[in-house]
Amino acid sequence: MNEVLRLQRVRKSFGEELVLADIDLSVPEHSVTVLIGASGSGKSTLLRCINLLEQIDDGQVWLDGHDISAVGVDADVVRRRIGTVFQQFNLFPHLSVIDNITLAPRVVHGVDDHPARVAAMALLDRFGLAQKADGFPDRLSGGQQQRVAILRAISTNPRLLLLDEVTSALDPVLVAEVLSLVAELRADGMTMVIATHEMGFARRVADQVGFLHHGVLREIGAPERVLDSPETRELKDFLTSVREAGRL
Amino acid sequence: MTERSGSTYTPSPERIARETARRRAARRSTYSAAISTLVVSLILIVAVTSAPGWPRVQTSFFSWEYAVESLPLIVQGLWLNLRVLMVCSVIIMGLGLLLALARTSKSPVLFPLRALAAGYTDLFRGLPLLLVILLLGLGVPGLRLQGVPNDVVFLGALALILTYTAYVAEVLRAGIESVHPTQRMAARALGLSQIQTLRHVILPQAIRRVIPPLLNDLVSLQKDSGLISVLGAMDAIKAAQIVTAKSFNFTPYVVAGVLFVLLTIPLTRVTDAIAARLERERTIGGAQ
Ligand SMILES: Nc1ncnc2c1ncn2[C@@H]1O[C@H](COP(=O)(O)OP(=O)(O)O)[C@@H](O)[C@H]1O
Ligand SMILES: [Mg+2]
Repeated sequence: MNEVLRLQRVRKSFGEELVLADIDLSVPEHSVTVLIGASGSGKSTLLRCINLLEQIDDGQVWLDGHDISAVGVDADVVRRRIGTVFQQFNLFPHLSVIDNITLAPRVVHGVDDHPARVAAMALLDRFGLAQKADGFPDRLSGGQQQRVAILRAISTNPRLLLLDEVTSALDPVLVAEVLSLVAELRADGMTMVIATHEMGFARRVADQVGFLHHGVLREIGAPERVLDSPETRELKDFLTSVREAGRL
Repeated sequence: MTERSGSTYTPSPERIARETARRRAARRSTYSAAISTLVVSLILIVAVTSAPGWPRVQTSFFSWEYAVESLPLIVQGLWLNLRVLMVCSVIIMGLGLLLALARTSKSPVLFPLRALAAGYTDLFRGLPLLLVILLLGLGVPGLRLQGVPNDVVFLGALALILTYTAYVAEVLRAGIESVHPTQRMAARALGLSQIQTLRHVILPQAIRRVIPPLLNDLVSLQKDSGLISVLGAMDAIKAAQIVTAKSFNFTPYVVAGVLFVLLTIPLTRVTDAIAARLERERTIGGAQ
């Protein structure tokens, strides 16, 4: 079993505040890791440390056996191998849907215009977005925008895909279409690390679920283990609060 | 659309009545606008032409003969203004962009450059353009520097470039800063380098947003190109001045003024049209 990502004692502070405390994590190839935890527990920061949008204070991050937290590593080169999707989509409003998707292949990976377009059309077609190819992002629904953002992130065939609460900004009716796209990527064998509040989804797609609490990875294991028989007080409380929020 | 425009649809009497009323209201406001314009113009014309000094003003500012006589020279001068405008606006855009990029860069290495750029913009936005033109036009030849041309057109254009680069840089800086930081983050996450992010993500959005103020600066530059006449450059205003000095008649100034306005009108119309289009796109985009 190949290991795509490994974190070793990753530590990160913002000023005085310790946001990630000695995180250890191993992500095998073709597996899905779901991170759960209250808002502010450090999920986004952890993802941003993986794609080097943040610099870690201590520890190491390994991608495909290379220490990408080492001095002198070119962050641009690392990010070419990692796809990232954000809560707020962050599509480029001045580019059409298809140009959003082909930008990185063309500009970063040197793919010619035509093959880049063909590949992007194939992606859009597969996920039912072909008619939107030449439209602009602001004409799409939130669910469509987020699906385009995910296609943009996988347009460069990344080794690893990071999804940061990709459904949190969406109306409940739009959540399903985004989650089913993620489930399809899982079936394709995409290696993913996903921060989410959707517990049902976590249970369905995760190979392992990690619970972050104040920057500490308190529990990690198979989804049934973590979600059905939590060991710590904090995780029990968190799961209760999520369930109650769901009932409201 | 197609399913709604089926042949079975007949507009209701309410819709027809509503649309007729709207058309009538539109026609009424066109008439009243035309009539009020006419009335105001008439009052102005009567007021000016019945003023006691009008006959003298008319001969010294609105003489047909002097207008015809001075026109060729002034048009020739205007050609210089236009060339100065074209060359300067290209250089100003390039330098303004570099200055804006220097000022918006976050890199600590570039701190000296940022400070220098900030000082530059403060200085040249504060100095009256006329003063810059005079200082350069009269001061530089006095220095007798090797290899620096003493040509008045060159020095006047240089003053325009120095001053307007500061304005344009500030406009572009505002545009760059108006692009949300998450756009940069999304681009960097895709593996785009700093420069690629600027070129493909930040600048296209920034420049689109500041096209109206940039075109306004272009219109001002077109007018201010006439200030190089104070150094003796043979532009439209200098040409008018020469004819006036010979004839003691001020009509050439009016001719030059009319020509400047005629040149500016198309540019301002284009500016307005582009601004309106961008605004429309923005509101449609924002509506979702
Ligand atoms: N750029 C930053 N500067 C300072 N503090 C930050 C920054 N980003 C996140 N934090 C802090 O780090 C903590 C974890 O935030 P985050 O990783 O966004 O949590 P989550 O994604 O789980 O909600 C929060 O307390 C937050 O205020
Ligand atoms: Mg977050």
